[in-house]
Amino acid sequence: MSARDVVLVDAGGTNIGSVRYALERLGVDARISGDAGRIRRASHVILPGVGAAGPGMARLHKAGLVDLIRGLEQPVLGVCLGMQLLFDHSEEGDTACLGVIPGQVRRIESDPQHRVPHMGWNALRRVREDRLLDAIPGPAFVYFVHSYAVPEGESTVASVDYGSPLSAIVRHRNFCGMQFHPERSASVGALLLKNFLCP
Amino acid sequence: MLTRRIIPCLDVRDGKVVKGVRFRDLVVVGDIVDLALRYRDEGADELVFYDITASPEGRSVDRDWVERVARAIDVPFCVAGGIRDVESARRILHAGADKISVNSPALERPELVNELAAAFGVQCVVVGIDSLLEADGEWRVRQYSGDPDKMRALPRRTLDWVVEVQQRGAGEIVLNCMDTDGVRSGYDQDQLHAVRALCAVPLVASGGAGTLEHFRAAFVELDVDGALAASVFHSGAIRIPELKTFLAANGVEIRP
Repeated sequence: MSARDVVLVDAGGTNIGSVRYALERLGVDARISGDAGRIRRASHVILPGVGAAGPGMARLHKAGLVDLIRGLEQPVLGVCLGMQLLFDHSEEGDTACLGVIPGQVRRIESDPQHRVPHMGWNALRRVREDRLLDAIPGPAFVYFVHSYAVPEGESTVASVDYGSPLSAIVRHRNFCGMQFHPERSASVGALLLKNFLCP
Repeated sequence: MLTRRIIPCLDVRDGKVVKGVRFRDLVVVGDIVDLALRYRDEGADELVFYDITASPEGRSVDRDWVERVARAIDVPFCVAGGIRDVESARRILHAGADKISVNSPALERPELVNELAAAFGVQCVVVGIDSLLEADGEWRVRQYSGDPDKMRALPRRTLDWVVEVQQRGAGEIVLNCMDTDGVRSGYDQDQLHAVRALCAVPLVASGGAGTLEHFRAAFVELDVDGALAASVFHSGAIRIPELKTFLAANGVEIRP
């Protein structure tokens, strides 16, 4: 695991430290970088992110990283907002996103049983086989904090039920995403990060 | 199914975890990282750290222990205490906290809630409310409750404040019922019931947990999303594994 050259894309996401510490606990010393050349050389790229879609995309544009991320061919993992930014478009602030995974990010529909934000530990439901899910026990609980989500669709590997089925883990080509926070999802989260980094 | 959260609260003063009764007579109960790890291992779903000295002294929490906690634990945690602007919040979040909670500074300047929500998204922004029943039968908020000499009673009604902070961008509300805090007689049912009716975002009950049954009642009868407690966990009177077993046996969805 220590031979991996993992780069965390630095575009102002506030959970970047937490993701780095989670990788440290796995014995991976990840670099934090906003430099295009450095990101392109990485074996694995992680796009963390907390906050709103509009400012998130604005930061990537400002850092000149939009086309770079679109063109990456190594494994890429978007976490939370970072996952949402991989899709075509977000309803949050009517934001055009990176468009490397087909699909739309929508506001979670709120009702008295389903408060928004969707906040807390919820169970993953396996939708299709994927090596990201290797050795993940059932039921596996992970920690969510979000108000927007991608409905279950073509790219969904695992979903979460919150009123309707929402994408929890996605994969399209070399691009993966986790809507929850693996860095804050105890041993299940650690295993999911490990699976992303394993060949 | 979204599970209900068990949240040990660690009151921090001068870098150590402390606890008193009704916010007074504080004694040191342990080291921050040691306790955080213990609760993580026992199955705590989330941790809250309140720097109870920060607000009255007009300073923000120092970042050093936040980073140590973030490195050590792999469950979410929230930091409260003296966060009075976007920059001080950013420092705490960059140090690795998942959420920031504002209380007294939001009462000083309610726009703070809007500014934090705009900068970080509502999911990061928790509003803590210290509330007390007054002689006229209204619940009203308290400011600077971390220091008995500086605590102030405000004219603001708790229920009005609950509505206002949601409009301003609170993603979660922690209601600390001061009448029951630290005395282990159960969560304040009347007040939590009234607040729940007005609270469309996640609501965390705080103040008064003494028995396993108190937690069950909070989840099942008051429909709170999380239950926060300190003294019963610090003293070992309630162990989180036995609490979770009890709740699961009584029909509460919890993370095993």
